[in-house]
Amino acid sequence: MDTPLVLKILYSLISLAVITIWGLSLGGIVRKIYARVQGRIGPPFWQPFIDIIKTYGKRTAVTHGIMFFLGPVFRIAGGIGTYLFIPAILGSTIFSNFSVSGDVLLVMYFIFFGQLGMALGAGESGHPYSAIGVARGLAQMTAFEVPFALSIIAIVIQYHTLNITTIVLAQQGSILNWTLFTNPLATIAALIAMLGMNMHNPFSVVLAPQEIPIGPPTEFHGSYLALMQTNRGIFNAAKLVLYMNLFFGGATNIFALIIKTFSIYMISVVVGVSFPRFRTDQSIKFFLFVPTLIALLAIIILVL
Amino acid sequence: MMKDILKRLTEKFPISEIEEQRANMIFVTMPKINAVQCISYLKQFEGFTHLVMLAAVDYIEDGIFQLTYILHNYELHTDIGIRVQIDRKQPVMESIHTLWAQARTYQQELKEMFGIDFPGSPDIDEPFLLEGWQNIPPMRKDFDTLKYSQETFFPRPGRKHYDPQKYMKEKLYPDKEPE
Amino acid sequence: MKKDNRLLPNQDMPDFERDYFCDAHPETVKPLKGFIEKFLNWARANSLWILGFGTGCGAIELRPLMTARFDMFRYGMAPRPTPRQSCVFVIGGYASIKTLKRIVRSYEQIQAPKFVLALGSCTINGGMYFDSYNTINRIDHYIPVDAYVTGCMPRPEAIIAGLRKLQELIKQGKAEKANEYIENFEWYKANQKKVIKDWNMPDYNW
Repeated sequence: MDTPLVLKILYSLISLAVITIWGLSLGGIVRKIYARVQGRIGPPFWQPFIDIIKTYGKRTAVTHGIMFFLGPVFRIAGGIGTYLFIPAILGSTIFSNFSVSGDVLLVMYFIFFGQLGMALGAGESGHPYSAIGVARGLAQMTAFEVPFALSIIAIVIQYHTLNITTIVLAQQGSILNWTLFTNPLATIAALIAMLGMNMHNPFSVVLAPQEIPIGPPTEFHGSYLALMQTNRGIFNAAKLVLYMNLFFGGATNIFALIIKTFSIYMISVVVGVSFPRFRTDQSIKFFLFVPTLIALLAIIILVL
Repeated sequence: MMKDILKRLTEKFPISEIEEQRANMIFVTMPKINAVQCISYLKQFEGFTHLVMLAAVDYIEDGIFQLTYILHNYELHTDIGIRVQIDRKQPVMESIHTLWAQARTYQQELKEMFGIDFPGSPDIDEPFLLEGWQNIPPMRKDFDTLKYSQETFFPRPGRKHYDPQKYMKEKLYPDKEPE
Repeated sequence: MKKDNRLLPNQDMPDFERDYFCDAHPETVKPLKGFIEKFLNWARANSLWILGFGTGCGAIELRPLMTARFDMFRYGMAPRPTPRQSCVFVIGGYASIKTLKRIVRSYEQIQAPKFVLALGSCTINGGMYFDSYNTINRIDHYIPVDAYVTGCMPRPEAIIAGLRKLQELIKQGKAEKANEYIENFEWYKANQKKVIKDWNMPDYNW
């Protein structure tokens, strides 16, 4: 696999483009599903693309300083970084990105890095609602990182490796080799943590438009907002690809990738459509109680 | 029940006129000095614990403002209205914000719209409904609001005014002679 | 110690700190030429974001648009809570002086290109409140208006028709009233300052 550097850059750009389009379309399809559940015809599923083009086409912008500029840049750096270290499709030269050994920890770091960057940018904007949203967002993120990290530790102990490609290879063969069936407790804990990551109901208090006007991205507009919206597509798709690789056996071609990520996202959407919203302290209490215990149980069973 | 209350009131306070609009709505007129005393007596001893509203009328021909305090009794389900007449040139009245805290909003509105001062009421000079108003208080009858609107705002030319009676008569009965 | 509402918050700051509140004059931004501008106009028309500021009676007619019966989301329109992220300002009905000050402030905080849709007859000639001391008669002397929707209040179907007309105007390239506002800036400001007497904002609210 000794491809020259230029070709590798080209492959990663293609892979990034494909995943951006898939991530944004997934967002559009989910909005359509939400609308149909509520009895409406919703926006067309290519609406996120039109929104991004329109937001890039704003003619004026207001800036609040250097950190305001860098907030969306950090966020999209976090998104791209998360994606480029996860092998999307096993065995493909185009889509297996810069996967190295130890990249589980690197990916977990990038997930956190994006949120932190936006917190700094939102704080620089000086808007009071941004500050409230950032406080809630970081508190919730700290809470759901606990079961997520514990279940990743469980998987690492199970497979004796920190390399995502090796974990995916160990799950090939038959459907019963998936981590879903060999280590169900860790899967359940990580899926509950995913509900917190995707910020649908019941954990959507961070971005709640009825409570605080949109929360952290309140003051961002124009190109800043367009960068963050593009990142939303990349980041969502990257998280789903990570989950698919760690728990559901990875993908060997692009159709398996699409079907599996769509089904994993549907778990989040089905829960989101049926539930109202938790307050921040309720969601922190929830995350630190049941999912953490399940993940700890998973680790203990493995060690014994 | 109401008759007993009215009898006690006429014994204690100099009431000049009692008007009974319905069985459960009675208006009582009294001079300015006794009004707040009567209101606190009604609140504490007769059970009229709810202040419904405080309103003012501008009688420019008689040169007075007439304030009406409407109180409600939850036990008897009746309203009583205390009418007070104050001088139009020096409109000052005692404040009742010590009895009901919400009266301060009513008094703020009256100060802004009519110019009636309630010394001691909290925040009475704060801009409330009209910000930056520099004319006379607008609810007074000597303020011509149509003229003010035509001068300050830009009316769109081409507005026609119809007298409703004449217009409907021409539309519905176009052939009839005026009676 | 009461704060004096007539002074700007950056009144007595030293010069190097004053630009926390930008009080520069706005500049017009010309539209691009040719195919790119047509493409951007198509994108702007199909993704109108309405500012969620219900000014007058029209606020109650905007909320049914989000429900299942009238559904403005299928045209790509969505409500946004802040003026920074929205592009359409729907003036719903009468504007009192107190509201006009906030309308001017929110309108100037929307980033170009921006559009205004005025509902009801109170925005056209004063409507029911033409002789009131507190409501303005013609909103287009204070901020520029792209399209009017008549009615008192117009029904949600009429508002959707008005928004569709606004979409057509944007696609034809005729909705450039934001630049017109900056070109006739002195006239608009003089009109605004004539009625808003306690002016404690900068001349242009970035």
